Amino acid sequence: MTDDAMSRPLTAAIRPGAPPPGIADYRRSGGYLGAAKALREMTPDKVREEVTAAALRGRGGAGFSTGRKWGFLPKPDGGDRYLVVNGDEMEPGTFKDRLLLEGNPHQLIEGVIISAFAVRASHAIIFLRGEYVLAAQRLEVALEEAAAAGLVGQGLFGSGFDLDIQLHSSAGRYICGEETALLTSLEGRRAIPRAKPPFPQTSGLWGCPTVVNNVETLCNVPHIIRHGAAWFRALSRGEDGGTKIYGASGRVRRPGAWELPMGTTVREIIEEHAGGMQDGYRLRGFLPGGASTEFLTAEHLDVAMDFASVEKAGSRLGTGTMVILDDRTCPVGMLQNLEHFFAQESCGWCTPCRDGLPWTERILEAIEDGRGRPEDLDLLAMHVDHLGMGKTFCALAPGAMEPLASGLKYFRADFERHIAEGRCPWR
Amino acid sequence: MAVTLTIDGRAFQVEAGDNLLHACLSLGFNLPYFCWHPALGSVGACRQCAVKQFRDAGDHAGRLVMACMTPVADGMHLSIEDGEAKSFRASVIEWLMTNHPHDCPVCPEGGECHLQDMTVMTGHVRRRYRFHKRTFRNQYLGPFVAHEMNRCIACYRCVRFYRDYAGGQDFDVFASHRYVYFGRAEDGRLENEFSGNLVEICPTGVFTDKPLGRLYARKWDMAGAPSVCVHCGLGCNVTVNARAGHLRRLLNRYHHQINGYFLCDRGRFGHGFADLPERIRQPLRQSHPLTRDATLRHLAGILPAAKPIGIGSPRASLEANFALRQLVGPDRFHLGLAAEEQRLLSLIIDILQKGPAPAATLADAEQADAVLVLGEDLPNTAPRLALALRQATRRQAFAIAGRLGIPSWLDNAVRDAAQQEKSPLFIATLDATRLDNLATAVFRLPDMEVARLGYAIAQAIDDDAPKVSDGSAEFLSQAQVVAQALAEAQRPLIVAGTSSGSRAVIEAAANLAWALCRRGRAAQLSMVVPECDSLGLALMGGGNLAEAFAAVDAGAVDTFIVLENDLYRRAERSAVDACLNRLRHLLVIDHSSHQTAARAEIFLPAADFAESDGTLVNNEGRAQRFFSVRPPSGGIQESWRWLRDMAAVRHEGEPLPWRQLDDVTAACAKALPGLSDITNAAPGAGFRIAGAKIPRQPQRYSGRTALHADRTMHEPKPAEDPDTPLAYSMEGAATKPPPSLIPFVWAPAWNSVQAINKFQQEVGGPLRGGPAGSLLIHRSRQARRTYLGEVPRPFAPRRGRWWIEPLYAIFGSEELSRMSAPIAEILTSPTVALPPADAARLGITEGALVELRLGGEIRRMPATLHPALPPGTGGLLAGTPESIGLILPGWGEIKACEGTP
Repeated sequence: MTDDAMSRPLTAAIRPGAPPPGIADYRRSGGYLGAAKALREMTPDKVREEVTAAALRGRGGAGFSTGRKWGFLPKPDGGDRYLVVNGDEMEPGTFKDRLLLEGNPHQLIEGVIISAFAVRASHAIIFLRGEYVLAAQRLEVALEEAAAAGLVGQGLFGSGFDLDIQLHSSAGRYICGEETALLTSLEGRRAIPRAKPPFPQTSGLWGCPTVVNNVETLCNVPHIIRHGAAWFRALSRGEDGGTKIYGASGRVRRPGAWELPMGTTVREIIEEHAGGMQDGYRLRGFLPGGASTEFLTAEHLDVAMDFASVEKAGSRLGTGTMVILDDRTCPVGMLQNLEHFFAQESCGWCTPCRDGLPWTERILEAIEDGRGRPEDLDLLAMHVDHLGMGKTFCALAPGAMEPLASGLKYFRADFERHIAEGRCPWR
Repeated sequence: MAVTLTIDGRAFQVEAGDNLLHACLSLGFNLPYFCWHPALGSVGACRQCAVKQFRDAGDHAGRLVMACMTPVADGMHLSIEDGEAKSFRASVIEWLMTNHPHDCPVCPEGGECHLQDMTVMTGHVRRRYRFHKRTFRNQYLGPFVAHEMNRCIACYRCVRFYRDYAGGQDFDVFASHRYVYFGRAEDGRLENEFSGNLVEICPTGVFTDKPLGRLYARKWDMAGAPSVCVHCGLGCNVTVNARAGHLRRLLNRYHHQINGYFLCDRGRFGHGFADLPERIRQPLRQSHPLTRDATLRHLAGILPAAKPIGIGSPRASLEANFALRQLVGPDRFHLGLAAEEQRLLSLIIDILQKGPAPAATLADAEQADAVLVLGEDLPNTAPRLALALRQATRRQAFAIAGRLGIPSWLDNAVRDAAQQEKSPLFIATLDATRLDNLATAVFRLPDMEVARLGYAIAQAIDDDAPKVSDGSAEFLSQAQVVAQALAEAQRPLIVAGTSSGSRAVIEAAANLAWALCRRGRAAQLSMVVPECDSLGLALMGGGNLAEAFAAVDAGAVDTFIVLENDLYRRAERSAVDACLNRLRHLLVIDHSSHQTAARAEIFLPAADFAESDGTLVNNEGRAQRFFSVRPPSGGIQESWRWLRDMAAVRHEGEPLPWRQLDDVTAACAKALPGLSDITNAAPGAGFRIAGAKIPRQPQRYSGRTALHADRTMHEPKPAEDPDTPLAYSMEGAATKPPPSLIPFVWAPAWNSVQAINKFQQEVGGPLRGGPAGSLLIHRSRQARRTYLGEVPRPFAPRRGRWWIEPLYAIFGSEELSRMSAPIAEILTSPTVALPPADAARLGITEGALVELRLGGEIRRMPATLHPALPPGTGGLLAGTPESIGLILPGWGEIKACEGTP
C-alpha cells in the first residue's frame, strides 16, 4: 500500500488522461477486498455501524450522515429494496463525481456492492447525468467485468446476497439531482420532486424502501471497510471523516479538482492547489460548494472546508467545488447567469420557483442592461425571503437564492451603481 | 377522534388525520388555495395555503407550512393572519399574475373565477412585474371544452383530474419551468367522457364551457335551478342555468352520496335538445299549428267518445306519469316499456326491496374494496358509476399507504407508494369496455354466460347456491378466483343492470350478493337502469307495450295518449306501425319530436326538464325533485297540466282538481303506497325562508328591462311560479336554502363553483341540511332466504346465425342527448360489430357493408371488427336511428352485401 493510496484513497488510482484501471489493475491495488471483507466477515448492521463510526457525511451537498441515512430503512420484509446512486452531477461548477466515474468506475461499483449489502438492497441503479457519455461507457465496461468476475449477480462472495446493478443515463434535467425527482424520473415519469415525508427509505423507487447516495459518498465506503472507521476519521482535519474532493473554477491559475483532507482551508485550496489567482485578477468572492451556495469573500480564506465551518461562515460546503468571482467580472452579470440557469431548470411544479425565478432573472437582466430601478432591490430581497426553504416544494429555489442573498449583501454597491448609472460598469 | 387546534388564539375541535387546509376551510376560514381539491387531495404545488405553525403557545417566531400538506395534530398552534403568512400568500398570487393576462372583462370565467376570488382574498392589488408574459398557442379540444392556455396558473388540477382521477390518456402536462403546458399532444377532441369537468376543476379560464361560449352570459346574469340529470338512471344532481329563456349550461350540483363534484359529458352537454330551433312550441293538429283553445276544443271532440289508453314514459316525471294514469284510469295505464324491460325493472325492485343487499350509492361504490361488473358497459351505460369504480380500485392503494403512515389525502405520495396496485375489479361483458385497463380480469361472454359466471361465483362462495353443473374446469377456476377476491373483501360490490336485457344476469348478481352476505360480507348491489325515471315508472306499475298493442288488436282501444315517449324506440317497427295504423286517435305529449310524434293527430308541446318540475327516481330508488329554471313559453305547458286539461274536457269521470305540482305529487303519494315518500323529495311550494321564496336569479342579475327593450321599456312582471318555493326573480330569501333547493352556489368572497365549500357540513362532506331526496326502496326485514332463478343453459353458437346484443355509446345511445348540438357533432355512424374470425369466414372486412336480419327487420350498415367479441356473437349500437325497432338481444343473420356504406 502506497502512502498515496492511504492519504488520497479516492483518487490514488486515477491517472488523468489515461484510461481507468481495469478490474485486474483495480484488484491488484486491493480493489474488492473491502467488498469481500464486508460480505464474508461482516453483517449488514456491522457495515452500517462502521460507516456511521467513520463520520462519513453525504458528499452530494446536504452532508447528512450516511450511516444514519441507511438506518432509516425499515426492517427487511422480503420485498424489493433499492440502492440508487445519484450520479446526476449538474450543479454548476461541479465536476468531482465525473472525476471518480471516469477515473475509477470499479471503486464506485465496489462501494455500491458494500452499501447495497449494508441496506439489504438487491437492486442498485446508477443514475448518471446524460452528458456523462464517457463515464457511462467506462461504467458499462466495468459492470461487464464485474459481472464476468461474479462480483455482481447471485450469491456474491459466497454469501447469500444477490445484487444486480443497472446503469441509467438521465434525459437531462437539473431537478433530477434532487433525490425524489430522480426516483420519479427513473419510474419514467416527469421529473417532479416528491413530498417528504414519506422519505425514500419508506416509500422510494416503485414505492419500495430506497436509499439514494451520491457517487463520491459511495466511493468512500470500500476504503472505510478495508481500513476501518478510525483510519478514515484520521484522514480528516476536523469532525467529518475522510478526504474530500475539492475543486476550483474561475480565474485561478490551475482550475481543477483535488482530493484533500476534509477541512482543508479555502486559502490552501486556492493558493496552493489552484495556484492562486491569474495575473491581473483579484479574488472578490467565491461560492464554496457550487452555484447554490452563498458567496464568501476574501475574509473567509482561512475557513476550513468542512460542513460545520463553512456553515458557521454563512454558507454551505455543498459539493466542495468552488466557483471564484474575480474583480474584473460583474457580480450582477454572474448572478444573472446563475439565475438564468435555475429559472430554466425549475421543473414547473411549484409557483414560487416556476414564476419567481424567471422574475429574478429578468430583474437581474434589467439591472445588468442598465434598465434597473431602485425598487428592484426590494423585489430581489422579497424573492430571497419568499423563495426560502420550506416555502417552496423542494430545495431548488432556496438553493438559487443563496448566491443572490449573499450577492446582495456583499456586492450591494455594485447593484446600486448599475441602477444609478444605468449601465454595467464592467462593460 | 377530535383534537384541539388553536388558530390565531382561538381553540377549535377538529378531526385528527385531516390536513390543516381541510380543517381550516371546514371551520369556515377563508384560506386561499388552488391545487388542492377535496376529491383530488393535496400535492403542495401552488403554495397558496401557507399558514404559520408554532411549536407551542410560547413560540412567536414559528415557520410557514403549507396547510394542505400538514396533518392536524393535537395541541397545534397556527396563525392564518400572521404577517409573514399573509405576505407570502400575496406573493404567490403576485407570481401567478406575472403571466396571467388581464383579460377578465372578456374571459368567460370572469365573475366566477377562483383565481379572482383568491386574488381579492390575499389582497394583492398592484402589479410589480414589468416584463413580458409568456404566451402559448391554444388547441382545438372538441365541441365541449374551449382552451386558453395563456390564463393558466399551472395548478395541475386539470391533469390530475383528467389522468389520475378519470383515467384519460390523451391529455397531459408538457414542457417545464414557466412553459408548462396543459393540453393534448396535438389538436383534437378530448377523448375522456369526463372532459367537461375541466371547466369546473380549472380555477380560472383555461378550460371553459364551449357551448356556453356560443351564447354567453355571466354567472350573475343567469338564473339557476336545482335539477336532476335526465340522461341516464343514476340521478346525478345538476344545476341548470338560463337567461332570456335560453338554457345556457349545466353545472355539477354537489350531492355527496351521488355525483359528488363530477358529471359525465353526456349529462353536462346533453341539454341542447331543449333549445333546438326546430322545437315545436305550439300544439299541432295533423302537423298544423293550433291555438290552445282550438286544441282543447278538438280534444273535447275526441276524448268523450274515445276508448283510450295512456302510454307513460321512463323519461317523464312521476307526476306526469301519474296524471296520465289518473286521466285514463289505472287499468288503462301502460308504462310505455317493452314487456321484457318492465319485467327486468320489476325484478330489480323486488331484489332491492327483498334481497339481501342494499343498493349502493355512488359514494358507496367508491368505497367498495372488490367489484364485479356483470353485463354492463358502465362507461357507456352509467358513466358516473364507472368513474366511482375507478376510485374504488384505489382502496388497495390507500391500504398500502396507510401501512406506511401516508395519509390518504397526500395524493402523489399515495400513488407513488402504491404504484400499479389496485383493488380487485372483475368485468364480464360481451365486448371490451373502457374500464378494462383497471380490471384484475375481464371475461368476454354473451349474456347467458355472464349470468352463468355469476352463478358459478356465487356457488364458489356458498355451497348452497345453485350449482353450474356443466361448466368447464377453466370456467369454474375463473369463478373461483373471482369468488376468493370478493369473499376476502370487506365491502364487495356487485354491479348488474338491464343493458344486456337478461333476467338471468340480474338474478345471478342478486344471488352473488346473497352468497356474500351469508358469508358475513357487507355486500352491496348496484343495479343500472336505462332512464332517469325507469325505476319510478316501474314502482308505479301498469301494463306494458305488448299489452297495449294487444288491446288495440282486440278492438278494446282506439286511442293512445302517449306521454313523452317514442314507441319506435321500444318495439319492432312493424308492430308499432301496425298498432298505430289501427288507432283512431294518436295524441302525443312531448317536448321533443320523434317518429311517434310525427304521426300524432294532436301533438301537445310539453315543458322539458328545465321548464317544469317533478320527481324522478334513480337506480337506488331515491326520489329527487327537479325544478324549472325558466317558465314554459309559447304554447308549451307541463305534461301534467295538459293531462289535467284533457281531464277537464272529456266530460266523464272526475276532473283532476290540481292547481299546482304539490297536488299531483301528494295525490300520487297517496294513491301508490310504494311512492308515499315522494313528497319528502324536496320542500313543497309553500316552503318559505323568513316568509320569502328562494330567488332563482343572483342579486347582481342585470338588464331586466333591457332584455325586453325591443318590445317595451317597462319591466314586465316576473313570471309566477305556483309550483315551487323558487321564484323567477332576484328578490327573496338571501339565506342558504336546503340542499334540494339550492339554485346556485355563491357565498361572500366565493364567486366560483368552489363556493360549495360554504354549503357543506365539512369540506367534501354532506351539504348542510342532509342529503337531498327521499329513498323509496326500504329493504324488507324479511329478506329473501332462498336463491333466485335458475342457471341458464350455456351459450350454443348456431350455424349461420349470430347472437346480437346491444352495445352502448355514451354519445348516441341515449335519445335526448344525441339531439344536443355539441354531441350531435361527434356521433359516429352505427355499425354491426363482429368477431374478426367470424367476419373473415363471411368475407367481411372492416367497413364493408353487411345486411343484418333480425326478427322481422332488415338493416344494412357497415361492419366493424371487434376482437373482444366471442365467436358466434355480434353487437349493434343501441338507440340509434339505424338500430331502434330491432329487439335486442336476439339471433340475427348476417351476410356481406353489395354496395358501399
